[in-house]
Amino acid sequence: MKRDLIINTEWCKGCGICAAFCPKGALKVVEEKVQKVEGAGCVLCGMCEQRCPDYAIYIKESEE
Amino acid sequence: MVDMTNVSKNTMNTADIIYKYMRPEHLPHIWCPGCGNGIILRAIAQAMENAKIDRNKTVLVSGIGCSSRAAGYIDCNSLHTTHGRAIAFATGIKMAHPELEVIVITGDGDSSAIGGNHLIHAARRNIGLTVVVMNNNIYGMTGGQYSPTTPHLEYGTTAPYGNIDQPFDIAELAMGAGATFAARGAVYHSALLAKTIEKGIRHKGFSIIDVASLCPTYYGRKNKKGSAVDMMRYQKDNTVMVEKAKTMTEEELNGKIVIGVLRDKEAPEYSEEYAKLVEKVKGGNK
Repeated sequence: MKRDLIINTEWCKGCGICAAFCPKGALKVVEEKVQKVEGAGCVLCGMCEQRCPDYAIYIKESEE
Repeated sequence: MVDMTNVSKNTMNTADIIYKYMRPEHLPHIWCPGCGNGIILRAIAQAMENAKIDRNKTVLVSGIGCSSRAAGYIDCNSLHTTHGRAIAFATGIKMAHPELEVIVITGDGDSSAIGGNHLIHAARRNIGLTVVVMNNNIYGMTGGQYSPTTPHLEYGTTAPYGNIDQPFDIAELAMGAGATFAARGAVYHSALLAKTIEKGIRHKGFSIIDVASLCPTYYGRKNKKGSAVDMMRYQKDNTVMVEKAKTMTEEELNGKIVIGVLRDKEAPEYSEEYAKLVEKVKGGNK
């Protein structure tokens, strides 16, 4: 099972909740849109997905 | 600390929830950046999945206000009604079709001010509805007027010098009126919220889940509560589980949001009692 963090930039309203409560500090908001922080070590815990009010960030699971 | 051991199971990912339970053509939703209503809506969809209810036999009813938009986003039978009357319409649906699962999504003003009477009487009758209150402590859609849940001395556009009213506690109000299931949730604890709503859906009889939402645009701005993140952090620091609250003094609980299931008991359900009455009266005429 392959798991990836997906960000739907079009739906992101830049509230910053996901970035503020990310346990690894693996997200940041730049110009009102969320981005991954490369090298911060996202562990795909999915807390961002649980708290995103706009459904703009989630963990995608795929068979691979 | 909230026990996460039994709440993190059975979680669908957001993309699956959107394609299974929502109407993606209507998304992104209209709520403001940082509004808690989106989190509550996701928790409701997750709860519907976990409770394994048939969407074709589910009706989602909403009234007027920010919360009312929710009925349009979930793909099941939807009814968007007049201000405060969501519970009244839902009562009608349940009486006509007791086999349906009826979920009401309402706001603090919609349920406790304009529709206050409908709420207490639905609770009194123990009719099988699940009421989810998106409680943001203000009338958001109409521009920030103070609502019955705006805390004492806080501000709204209609309370420029501070609100002198004492606020309603919606869960306590429903319990006082006889609700057999009453719970409180908070958007910060979203996984627990989904679990709590699931319990409400599974409960036979009237159930109410009063959810502390966020309104950074009106309530937050008027009362200098900071950004959506600051308001979330406030919830993180000020929510107490009901089990923990029992060990705390009144002084310690001052200003805290007690979350979890506050009451869960059994009593005869109204539409079933009505069906029994119909049978009894028919039998008498033979």
